[in-house]
Formats: sequence, structure tokens, C-alpha cells
Amino acid sequence: MRSDADAIVANHLSYGYGNQAVLADIAFAVQRGEFFIIIGPNGSGKTTLLKLMSGILKSRQGGLDILGKPIRDYNRKALAKCLAFVPQTIPTEFPFTVLEVVLMGRSPHLGILGLEGQNDLEIAKQAMAFTGVAHLSHRRLDELSGGERQRVFIAKAVCQEPQLILLDEPTASLDLAHQTRTMDMMEQLKEEKGITVVMVSHDVNLGAMYGDTLLLLKGGEIVSLGKPEEVLTFQTLEEAYGCTLLVDKSPLGNFPRVTPVPRKFMLYV
Amino acid sequence: MTRQLNLKRISHDAAVPMLLKRLAIVSLSLLILLCGVMLLGLCMGSAESGFQAVVNALTGKKDGDPMMTAIIWQLRFPRVLMAVLVGAALSVGGLVFQALLRNPLAEPYILGISGGAAVGAIIGILMGFSRFPGVSATAFAGSMMTLLLVILMSSGETLLKKDALLLSGVMLNAFCSAIIMFLVSMAHDSRLHSIIFWLMGDLSIVDVGQVGILSALLFPCFILIFYLSHAMNLLLMGKEMAQTMGVNIRAVTVTLLVTTSFMVSITVANCGLLGFVGLVMPHLLRLLLGPDHRVLTPACALGGGAYMVVCDLLARVLPEQGEMPAGVITAIIGAPLFIILLKRSAK
Repeated sequence: MRSDADAIVANHLSYGYGNQAVLADIAFAVQRGEFFIIIGPNGSGKTTLLKLMSGILKSRQGGLDILGKPIRDYNRKALAKCLAFVPQTIPTEFPFTVLEVVLMGRSPHLGILGLEGQNDLEIAKQAMAFTGVAHLSHRRLDELSGGERQRVFIAKAVCQEPQLILLDEPTASLDLAHQTRTMDMMEQLKEEKGITVVMVSHDVNLGAMYGDTLLLLKGGEIVSLGKPEEVLTFQTLEEAYGCTLLVDKSPLGNFPRVTPVPRKFMLYV
Repeated sequence: MTRQLNLKRISHDAAVPMLLKRLAIVSLSLLILLCGVMLLGLCMGSAESGFQAVVNALTGKKDGDPMMTAIIWQLRFPRVLMAVLVGAALSVGGLVFQALLRNPLAEPYILGISGGAAVGAIIGILMGFSRFPGVSATAFAGSMMTLLLVILMSSGETLLKKDALLLSGVMLNAFCSAIIMFLVSMAHDSRLHSIIFWLMGDLSIVDVGQVGILSALLFPCFILIFYLSHAMNLLLMGKEMAQTMGVNIRAVTVTLLVTTSFMVSITVANCGLLGFVGLVMPHLLRLLLGPDHRVLTPACALGGGAYMVVCDLLARVLPEQGEMPAGVITAIIGAPLFIILLKRSAK
């Protein structure tokens, strides 16, 4: 299944803490320039998988190729040049400004002191304008709202000029407006710059609306992998989440809409 | 560090080769401050000497009072240089601990690292070692031991929790003090008085050779830390972020912790316990310059040196007769600051 069109290829990938297997024999491929969303219940191994792909965790079993090369053949800096990771939160005890944080995205491209040149500043400014935080560039990170902070982290990832961006539940603590704004932004990155976006998300409906491919995990194994309408069916979702769900067609277009069914409505389903 | 004065940062707008420009401006201004303070340190003391006498002595004019020239060159000059080195080492040490442990309250003395070094140093002294390399080596061993202990004690489920870290440090400090008292009371010789005076942070018995060795040992450490200063910035963005930005976290952390412990131990071996020095300058400078460690590291070295010279100067001129240990002054200034910072970080 290896091909040049693939950004990430996982083969027999396993990972465990002690005797506990978190991921068992996973295989999938992420194509270049696609929006790939990993969904699944809590503890299904989503975040572990994302950390393996970003090189934070190292797998002892199985193969993982990034852009056609085994991840273990990359040194840290080389990987950082083609892959950016956006964690859920970033500590803010030390009051860096927005510009300082975004400029840090340049460091894989620079020497050990990370001395930024005019060119780097230009890239940082473009990244900030893209995510809509340019007006905040001299504000301190700890003064910003959650949504603004998220956009700063994404600007930092964009500033890194990667071919792949990996995000760990970027919409988890955002309101509806910020959720769609973040997702729109990632879609725009995909379409305008051809960046491959891999995202862990709890929100299956965001996955349905934006994802080119969804990966549904449960207990460290793949339940389903494919287009949203293939993955988000009543059967697969019930198998993964173990609760009653209503799946119908979204009024917005040709993709499924998932509605969890509260107990009081159970009689009518 | 959540609530801070919103001071304007120096030259932040033009941004780029900006960093070097900023570094130059900051370093130069602090260097001028340092030189001014050093000059003051040379002028003042129990034997009154005017500014002119210092200038004469420094420029090597023979028309000055030879006695005065000797005092300035052989007593005050090494002492002032020593204060600069020690202040720089402890301030940079505080800066590094604060960044690595991501705790604005971390400081070699508070974490018990200095205490461990002191225990090691006293053992070395009692075993009759010379200051270099014997006592310095035992001090280093002591500080590494406490560093390991404090990290082991405070790393639980979530690595290095804020409160656990400080509590472990306080506990270790108390334990080290007890061992020091025990060792001191076991010693029955004439060195007792000098040990106690040394313990409280003393810069009075310094010769030029000692200053030379210390600077030869400290300068490579400063350069190494400056070299890793951008990695420290990235580490403050969280371990996962730093790792995916190309930082070898383990190598950088271990190198920095060992280097700072080494710096702290050799200053302790020479000048005893000077508490809270690593708190004052890093915080003041972070407030003025922002948290970029590429600027803060040289700034803390220069500013910390100046701060220590002032503390030592106060220790020399405040008492009516004789002098007090410089550690008394640093604690009087530093301990209240610690409490203020603690209150602020609790909010």
C-alpha cells in the first residue's frame, strides 16, 4: 500500500504501556493533501496514535512512514521541518507574546539559537494574518481567550511551513463559532497550500462535515476507515460507542449527521 | 507569573536582526551598569578611598598612596570580581531552574541544591581537601545528590508539580541544615569559626588565583547555557511541543541541570550559601525584557553580577564595625520577594 501519494503509512503498528496494549496492529494510509480525522470513544488510542505519528512516542512494533520514509530514519529537526504538531494546551506561566510564540515555529529551519531573519518575520506575519491573530501580535499569551490561543498555536504550526499538520482535539474547548472557524482554517490550509491535515476529534459531526477520510478507533483497533458516509453508519458507531445514535443525512449536503439519543426519547427510536 | 506589570518591552517592534540588536542594547546597558557598580565596589570600604585613588590604582599611576593601591588591588579587586562571578552564576542558575522546572519560584537555594553543595563542601573541608579540586568536587557531588532527590521526590503522576517541588526543596534544605549543624558540632578545631562565617555567604577571603580558577570554570558554563537558551524557550511551550520542534529534550534538560548544579556548587565551595540570589535578577529582568532566554541569559549574568556586588557592598559598609556575611543581605532582600512571588503565583 506504499505509494508516493501517501503522506503517512502505518503498517502493523502497535503500542502499549507495560502489558496494556493501547494500539494493536493498526494499518492505514493518509494521502497527501487530505483532511484525515481520527474519531473514537475515550481511551480508544486516538491521542496515542497521533503522538506516534508526530514522533513524540516511538513504537516498538510495526512500521510508520512519513512522506515515504520510515519515521525512525528522521532526525528530530528534519521531522520538524515537514511535520507540525498542535497540542491541546500550551503552558502559559512564562509570558511570551504572540509574535514570540509564532516565531518559534521557525526554529526547525534555523540554527541552534534560532536567530530569526527578516524572511522569518515575514512568514510569521503571514501566518498570523492567516489565522486572524495579527492584531494580537504584541499581546501576551496568558491574556488571550481560549479561541485566540488556539489560533496562535495554529499560526505557529503554519509558520513552521510543514507538509503535515497534526492536531490533538483542537476544537475541544471552543464554542461553536470558534469550532467552525478553526475547522474552516484547516480546510483552507489543505486547499490553498496542499497541507495534509491529521486531526483527533471527539466531534463526529465536524468529522463528517470536513473529513475526507475518517478513522474510527475503539480499544486500540480500527473499527472503520473510509469516507464519512462509509464510516458514520448506525452499525459502526453503535459498535464503537455502545450507545444509541440516530444517523441521517445532513441538511447541508451529502454527508451523514449523527445525533446521540437521550434516554427519554428511546421509546420512539 | 500570571499577573504582571505590563511594562513596555525594549525595542520589540522592528522585530528582526532585532534579536541581535536587542541583545546588544540590553547587554551593553547592563555592562555599563555592572562597570559602574564595580567601580563603586572598589571605592567603598572600611578604609576610605576617594574615587581618584581608585582611578590612580587602576591606571597604575605611581603617585598614589601605595597602601591604598595595595588595598584596592589585593583586597577589593578580587572580592568585587568574585561577587560578579558568584552573582552571575547564581542568577543564571535561578533562571535555568525556573525554565526547566517551569516554576517561577525555583532557585538553587530554595530547591536545596545549594544546601546539598554546602554539605558536600563541609565534608570536603573536614577531610582536609583543598578548595580546588577537592572541596569543589565534594560540593558538586552533594548538589547532584540533592538535585536527584528533589526531582525524584516531586515527580509523581504529573511530572514536577509546583507545590511538590517547593516542598521537597524546603524539606531537603532543612535536612541539609541539620547535617551541616551536625558536622560543624563534630568539628573541634580552629576552622569552626571560618566554616560558620563561610556558610552564611562570605566573600571576604578571596584571592586573585581563586577568582581566576572560578572564572575559568564558569565561563564555559555560561556559554553552554547561552547556546541552549533557545531550546529553553521551546521547552517552555511544553515537552511535546518542544520535541516536535526538533529539541532533544532529555539531552538539553540533563545538560542544563548538570551544568547549573556544577556552577552552583563551585560558588558554594568558594563563598558559602548566598540565598535567593537566583530569584531577584531573573524576575526583575523578565519583567523588563520578556521571557526570551536568548536575551535573559546574558542579561542575568551581567545583572546578577551587579546585584551581588551591591549586596556585598552593603554587607561591607552597613555594620559600624567589621562586616556581615553577604548572605544576610541577599536573604533580607530575597526572602520577602519570594513570599510576594508565591502569593502572586497562587492566584
